[in-house]
Order: sequence, then C-alpha cells, then structure tokens
Amino acid sequence: MIASLDTDPTRRDPVAGLQKDITQLPEPSSEITPQTTLMLAVRDHRDRAAFAALFDHFAPRLKGFIMRSGTGSAQAEEIIQDVMLTVWRKSAQFDPARAQVSAWIYQIARNRQIDIIRKERRPLPDELGEDPGAEPDASQIMAIEQEAGQLKLALARLKPDQRDIIEKAYLGELTHQEISTQTGLPLGTIKSRIRLGLERLRHELKGLR
Amino acid sequence: MTAINHHTPDAMLAAYATGNLPQPYALVVAAHISLCLDCRASYEAHLAAGGAVLETCATEAVSDGLKSSILDRLDTPYTPEPTYQRMGVYPAPVMQALKGKAIRWKSLGLGVRQSILSSDQNGSARLLFIPSGQAVPEHSHNGLELTLVLQGSFSDDTGRFGVGDLEVADQALEHTPTADPGPPCICLAATDAPLRFNTFLPRLLQPLFRI
Ligand SMILES: [Zn+2]
Repeated sequence: MIASLDTDPTRRDPVAGLQKDITQLPEPSSEITPQTTLMLAVRDHRDRAAFAALFDHFAPRLKGFIMRSGTGSAQAEEIIQDVMLTVWRKSAQFDPARAQVSAWIYQIARNRQIDIIRKERRPLPDELGEDPGAEPDASQIMAIEQEAGQLKLALARLKPDQRDIIEKAYLGELTHQEISTQTGLPLGTIKSRIRLGLERLRHELKGLR
Repeated sequence: MTAINHHTPDAMLAAYATGNLPQPYALVVAAHISLCLDCRASYEAHLAAGGAVLETCATEAVSDGLKSSILDRLDTPYTPEPTYQRMGVYPAPVMQALKGKAIRWKSLGLGVRQSILSSDQNGSARLLFIPSGQAVPEHSHNGLELTLVLQGSFSDDTGRFGVGDLEVADQALEHTPTADPGPPCICLAATDAPLRFNTFLPRLLQPLFRI
C-alpha cells in the first residue's frame, strides 16, 4: 500500500515507539548530497551561485513533473518561477534533519499547483520553528539523505506499471480511496528517521497539544 | 497532555500529502498533523516519497531565459502571504480558515453552537461547541465525516475521543457521540457533502421533526 506506514499500536506511545525504531535503523553513511550542501548555502549565506546550481538541477525535473499532469510548457515555467522564488524566500524553513531538498521542493511545488487549481490556499499544518539552541546534527542529516536514497532505489526497482501508479499518486492524481487499494513504497524507516528529527522540536510540540 | 489514540488513516494522510484531498478534509488533516507528532512524521515521509518521484521523473528542458529572469527577481520586494499562528485551542490551519478573525458562533439549541468555516460543492467544514452531556450534531447521513477534538472530549460506542483524536465515521457507523463531563467539547468537523437543513438541528431534535 502507498499508505503502508507503521500501524503498530505501540506507536501511540512516543517513547516506546521511538526506542523500538532506533534499534531497527541502519548506521548512517557519510554522504551528503550536493543539493543539500547547496540549499544550506542558500539558507545560511544567501548564496546566489548555489541557488543557480539548484535551479539547474531542479528546474528540468520540476518541468517534467508538472507537465506530466497535463500542464502546458508556458504555465509549467510560471509555476517553476513561483516555486524557485519560494525556495529562495522561505529557505529558513528548510530543515535537513527532517527533509531532503527534493521533499521540501516537492511540497512547495504541490502547494503552488493546488493553490492555482483551487484558487484558494491549501490548509497547511502549523510550522515548527528551529530550536535556536539546537546543534545541527550531522548524523541525523546524513541518515535522512540515506533513507531518501533508499526510497529512490525502491522506486527504480519497481515494475513499470507499479511505478506508474506511485508516480500518479504523488502527482496528486489518485484519491484517498484509490490510494488505499494500491501497492506503495516502504516508508516505515524514513518515517522513523523523520520522527527523530521532529523530536528535536519536541518542546514546541508539547506547547501545541 | 494526553496521548492521541485515534489517528489519520494512512491513505488519507497520503492523499493529503500529495494534495488530492477535498479542502474540508484537508483542513481537518492539517489540524490533526499540527497536534500529532506521529502523523506529522508520516506526512513528511510521504513528502520524501514525493521528492523521490520528483528526483527521478523524466526531465523537460526549460526555456533559455527562465533562469536569468528568476535570478533577476531574487531581490524584488514582494508581499508575503499572510501567515496564521495557533490561537488558544485552534491550530494554525483553523486560524487560516477563519482568516485570523474571531469565531462567530451560532446557537443550535441546548447550548450547542456551530461556526461554519466553509460549505460548497467540495463539502463543508465547521467548528462545534458541545456542552458536557449533549450529543455531537452530525452533518448528514451520507458520506465520510471527520471530527477532530480541539478541547474536552466526547465518547460513543467506538471509544473516547480526547484532544487531538480524529474520528473517521462513514455512513455505516451508527453512533451517538456525546460530550463527556468536564469543559465543553470543541471539535472541527468536515464532510464531503454540503450542509443540509437538518444539520442545523441538534441530533436530539431530529426524531421530533422526522427529518
Ligand atoms: Zn495522528
């Protein structure tokens, strides 16, 4: 199932769930992708050359992605312009301990597409700010990168028809009823990792409940 | 702080993350994610999968001038979209739906109040205020109804729903949720059907009027 996340009842207990998850996670490698390095340069140093390099990487992918759901070339480029400007303006919200650049840009692109289609803003969850005192956790960032790499591999290994369904789902072409009957990507491990990234922001979450 | 026991079903979370959930449901799911660490992790895992699809999809060459026109605009002043902060028991997506304005409650009788956030062909979303011991009004007898507790709690045959818990009820579920003793129960509820006249009456009155 696309939605085949961990439904273990122990996940209701954050601490028990977390400890169980830690023991299952593989050791992170020491690979940080160029996109993450570039995005951090944009976020922390407003680096225009890094931004231009991110454009070179993502713009053709965004265009392919957007045009697959039937949008014309000119409108696709308008959306790319909005998305890349949002990447520049909202770079402070990028948190490599929770998301790879591709995941963050995917979200921005889908938000923009939906806002255009529906002509109203998509409801989004509360933003979780960085803990100003938190040290950047390199091993957590590398673990997220590694899990994202695994997802890409899993996607590449799918049979063409299965892969087509996954792509349709993430292009936003399947309803939740359709999604629940489909086979999907294994997301349990990356979910556990993201959860570790979220734990850093826990004090904020406590205030939210 | 109590643990959240009733979560967003994964298929619904995936549909939300991929942007294919009707607006009223998307509002409730966004509000649940705002309160629930676990569903936020699942939601962000789906975004990671979306990122993998974006990374690996077939590319399309962009026009020559696109990059320079974007680079030229990096310093252009712009008006940021308004952002909303959580207020009291209302998470940011609810404040966004209210456009930051105060809630305008309308009485449904017996101390029950509602505030309609949206109602159109995509369905409806509303806030409900239910005093202890009163029944939770329902939207209609068809479609899928989501109810997220923001304050207090309610109970029905299927269990107890406290702050952050999400009840997913389809038309097959025969239930009479009732607000528990304690502070009034405040919920965010959504359905894919537009509001009907009968929904303006608390459930208790419906048999009398044979609606
Ligand atoms: Zn949840």
